[in-house]
Amino acid sequence: MTIRDIRDLLDAQVLCGDGELDREVHSACGSDMMSDVLAFVKNQAVLLTGLVNAQVVRTAVMMDIVCIVFVRSKKPSQEIVDFAEENDITVLTTARRMYEACGRLYAAGLKGNGEMHE
Amino acid sequence: MSEPLKFQYEVDGDNFTSAGQASVQVKKVLRRLGLDPETIRRVSIAMYEGEINMVIHAGGGEAEVLIYEDSIEIILRDKGPGIADIDQAMQEGFSTAPDNIRSLGFGAGMGLPNMKRYTDDMQIESTVGVGTTITMRVNL
Repeated sequence: MTIRDIRDLLDAQVLCGDGELDREVHSACGSDMMSDVLAFVKNQAVLLTGLVNAQVVRTAVMMDIVCIVFVRSKKPSQEIVDFAEENDITVLTTARRMYEACGRLYAAGLKGNGEMHE
Repeated sequence: MSEPLKFQYEVDGDNFTSAGQASVQVKKVLRRLGLDPETIRRVSIAMYEGEINMVIHAGGGEAEVLIYEDSIEIILRDKGPGIADIDQAMQEGFSTAPDNIRSLGFGAGMGLPNMKRYTDDMQIESTVGVGTTITMRVNL
């Protein structure tokens, strides 16, 4: 699946990373708790979250996450979007709620694939 | 053995928004050194969780990263309240973070367990009322 597919499946708006829409993603996780996100190792992953602060982007940077989707129409500040863009992270925002957004991506073939790092 | 490369950072304890900046810097340094992505990820996640802890619990502190030929050492020192029961603090889900921290995405009691999970060795020295020093090592 590509980031463009995610945008279309979630009727999402692209806040930064327009040029990265053909990037492939292989897994995803949905959480508002950043420490739970940090407990799982995933490659080329997408993070869906309802939390809007700078720590979301910093967590994504640490995890090498390539795309952040803010659910429930949440919009981060320009400063947060700029920080994501500097780190080559595509940022989307969707009106869908967390459960539905995750469900749509999962049903379209984007699995969790999360493995606890041991 | 040659001297390690050494990087030092102040962790500002007053501002949760800026917490994690030192870890972002370290990640950049490690990338520039050409280390493998998995190692970089482990070091930066462990340090990030530690940095967040220092801001939540200890009013900040200092971080030191030492890069040896065969390992990376991360030392986090604070003058916070100390950890009374380290075994309890190491349990997943145990947290003494205030509620407002949970609304910011942390305080789920996963910080110390994550730091241990991502490193090859972790030592905690803590004295109540004096402070805490955590030393983590990731083998290369």
